[in-house]
Parts: sequence; structure tokens; C-alpha cells
Amino acid sequence: MIQDIDQIRSHFPYLQCARGGDRQLIYFDNAATTQKPRAVIDATSRWLQEANANVHRAIYGLAASATEHYEAGREAVRGLINAASKDEIVLTSGTTASINLLANIYGQKYIRPGDEILLSEGEHHSNIVPWQMLCARTGARLRYFPVGEDGQWDLGAAERILAEGKVKIVSAAHISNVLGIVNPVGELTVLAHRYGAVIHLDGAQGIVHEGIDVQETPCDFYSFSGHKLYALTGTGVLYGRRSLLETLPPWMGGGEMVDTVTYERTTYAPVPLRFEAGTPNFIAAATLKPAIDFVTSVDVPQVRENEKRMTDYLMRELNAVDGLRIIGSGGKKAPLISFTVEGAHHSDIATLLDKMGVAVRSGQMCSEPLLAKFGLTGAVRVSLAAYNTMQECEAFMGALRKVLAMLR
Amino acid sequence: MTDNTSSIKQVQQEIVDEFAAFGDWMDKYEYLIELGHSLPVIDEQKKQEDRLIKGCQSRVWLDSEFRDGRLWFTADSDAIITKGIISLLIRVYNGRTPDEILSADNSFIEEIGLRENLSPTRANGLVSMMEQIREDALKYKGQ
Repeated sequence: MIQDIDQIRSHFPYLQCARGGDRQLIYFDNAATTQKPRAVIDATSRWLQEANANVHRAIYGLAASATEHYEAGREAVRGLINAASKDEIVLTSGTTASINLLANIYGQKYIRPGDEILLSEGEHHSNIVPWQMLCARTGARLRYFPVGEDGQWDLGAAERILAEGKVKIVSAAHISNVLGIVNPVGELTVLAHRYGAVIHLDGAQGIVHEGIDVQETPCDFYSFSGHKLYALTGTGVLYGRRSLLETLPPWMGGGEMVDTVTYERTTYAPVPLRFEAGTPNFIAAATLKPAIDFVTSVDVPQVRENEKRMTDYLMRELNAVDGLRIIGSGGKKAPLISFTVEGAHHSDIATLLDKMGVAVRSGQMCSEPLLAKFGLTGAVRVSLAAYNTMQECEAFMGALRKVLAMLR
Repeated sequence: MTDNTSSIKQVQQEIVDEFAAFGDWMDKYEYLIELGHSLPVIDEQKKQEDRLIKGCQSRVWLDSEFRDGRLWFTADSDAIITKGIISLLIRVYNGRTPDEILSADNSFIEEIGLRENLSPTRANGLVSMMEQIREDALKYKGQ
């Protein structure tokens, strides 16, 4: 087991690099993507050299080896979320692709004019736009349940909408990419099911900081990106409960997703391959295995404890800054904090922090409606990963104070 | 206002020389912030949607007027560093003819060590603003 933070950091070549002389970049944009552990980098290089052949097609040994690595990635995901079968794991290019896939396949089968789709107000564009597109195609209606001033879900309001009986599918973030609040997804799942709706959880942030056990939280669908979980970019997952997934039609047509094809018609492959048309990003997807091995080899309670200490520290210190407003202060907070500062523009803050060696996100964070709800056009976001340290948090606060002194 | 006896190249060189005097990035950015504060503000009534430059993390408004064969710019931004950079561009391009503007290049931005502000991912509007200046110049060319 990987025990302490120094050991964790030693797994990341990026953290060993110097930048601009001997100063090391403090990377606080982990909600966008994480740095990669050596095991992922090495496996990528090795497989590109030794195991590059198209998967699920050819019979020769090299292709079998590539397919094994690809399927090992799928199996690692199954284990991570405790799915009943690896057939419930559809590999995609990322959360966005997962949600678009879901909106299309679920929509085609189950959504009719007058049906309703329910989202929270705290969603990423990726969990809004595909549903808007579905509504435009089908005549369904998109509804939102509110988040409060402190960023927490209003479950009572969600239930009132569900009780009207028109909602077919609920889709909501496990952890918002702006608010950083761990949402009560278990309760929402119970509510959705009580009123006959299915539920999809956007786990892009949730899989990293909370994890999910789909037996314990029996959501129908769960999606996330591999690259926010230390795997390569271009990897993602749509988990779907098998009994439901099997009822859904394919979306993209092509190779690998078929059973038999004649010039007139096609019968489709079983799940999950039915949803994986074309050559998948197989080497990247295979890195889900070393990435998940890394995630599960760390001392998880200790990592969570470390993240909590850093989050508490940052919340306390940020709250003490004059004119600073944290967006989403309520509930259980993941190590993901967005804020604005009176008299200092978010892009100026991020520009100067970068000059001081701290990488943070600024802007709308793909969540324009949520920011607009809080009367904002942008914010600064810090988001931590398992390799970040309390010293980095202290250095960030020092840098932020200097930046604000320059700007105000 | 720009001294029209200096060419665009000369004004750019002046700026390069000014920035060369700064010891580190912090002095440079402090100067940009200072410039940002001193940028004459665009008329509020001109801060309309059609003068808002798209694709920026900070909002940038740019307005141009064509008088006596020359272009005159006013601009504003909600971000102060962006405003500082805008003020440099205005210093270079104010009172120029469309032909002068269209034949100029902006390598001076790189020379003064603000290259990262030119990267499209930085999205602070500098690149879009330069495009807007050129578009305006094209519009009035030959008039």
C-alpha cells in the first residue's frame, strides 16, 4: 500500500519536474484533469510498442493481447464501482461522450413528447446541453430542481417535481464542478425510483473524491472520465444497469457494434459492445487499469483525511480574506472550491497566480447557468488531487494574498 | 494620444524599451495594472453587445471611430491586466491609417515578455482584440 504523501508524489514524474528555474508549479486544476502516475505513462509507452493492434476483431496473438489490455481496463472500472458485471461498463471518450450517448439511447427508447427530464441547477454544460438537444428532438420538457444560496440541493423541490409523475429520467452531478459539494445522491436515487424515474449520476468529480458503489447507491447510470482519475485523456465510462442497458438501441453505427450485417439490415452486438462503434481509443482505455490500480493502492482513508484537512484549511483561510466569497459553502465539501473576490477579476487573479507558480482555473467553468444564478460571470477555482499537500495550500494562500495586494 | 510623427514600429520599440527596464515579471505586471487603471474608459453607452469581443474570459469592449483617414479606438475590460494590455495596443494603433494598421505586426507583445497572453487558451481577448482592430481597419481601407 502507498502510505504517505511523499510516496504518492514520487509516483508522478510531473511533480518531480522543475519549472522556471527551481520553482515547482503548484497544480491546483485537478478537476479539469490530473497529472499521470508513472505506471500510466510507462504502460502507454509499453503498449504502444508491444501491444498495438485493433481490438475485438483479429485472431492473431498481438490483437488478442491488445484486447486483453482493453478489457482489463473495463474490468478495473467494474471493480472500482462494484458493478455486477463488466458488461455494464461502456467505454467512451469521456463524461461528455457518456452523457451524449445516454441521452441519445435512452431518449430514443423511452422519451416521448410531454415527458420530463429533471436536472439540478448545479450542472456542468455537459449535463445540460445533451438533454436540451434531446428535448428539442423529442418534445420533452427539461426541468430543474433548485440549489440553495449555500449550494445545497433542495430535495423537497426535486420530490415535488417528481411527484407530478412526468419525469422519466433524473440526471445530476455527484459532486458539482463549481460548488464542490458532495450531493446527497443516495437520497435522490431513492426519490427518483419512488416516482418511477431512472437516474443518471454525473460522476466526473464524484468518482475522484467520493467513489461510488453502484450496489449501495443503486443509480441506473453513472458516468465519469478516466483522465480526471489519473488515466489518459480520451477515456470515459458509462455504467448502466444491465437490465436497462440491454433494452437500449445503439446510437452510432459501425464496426464492432454489430452481430450480423447484410446490405438491408443489421442485428446488433450485445452490451456493451453495441455502444462502442468503431475503433475505440484502446490504449488510452487500457490505462484505466494502472490508473485504478494506483487509486486503490493508496491508503484511501488517509488520502481522504489529508484532502479534508486541506479543504478545511482553505475554507477557513479563504473565508478570512476580505471581500472573498465562496460559491457553495454548505454541506460536505470536496477539495474543490470556487470563489470570487471583490475588486479583483478572476482572470487577473489566475494570471498572476500563474506567474507565482500556482495553476488554478478561472472563468465560467462550463457552468454558465449556475454562475448566472449566483449573479456571476466567472470565478476562480482550486481543485486538489491525492498528490497535493498542505504546504502547497499554504503557498497558494500566500500567493493569493500577494496577488490581491497587487490588484486591489 | 499617439505622436503621429512616430511610426507604429517606433512606438512598439518604445514600449519594448520601457519593459526592458523592469527587473522581473512582477514589476511588468504592476506596470500593466497601472496602465489598466489609467486607460480612458469607453463611453458606457458604447459598451454594447455588438462591441463586446467574443471568446474572452474577461469581457472586452472595443469601439473605433474613423476621422480624417485615421482610426481612433476606445476600449474597456472588466479585467485590469487585460485593460493594461489594451492600453498598449491603443497606444500603438490610435490615429493610424487603415494601411498602417494592416501592415503592422504585433511581435512586440512577445518581445516585452507577454507572449503567454497571445496564446488562444489564455482567452483574455488580446488576440480577438487585435483581430477586431484589423477588421475595423479593413472596413475603412480605401475610404
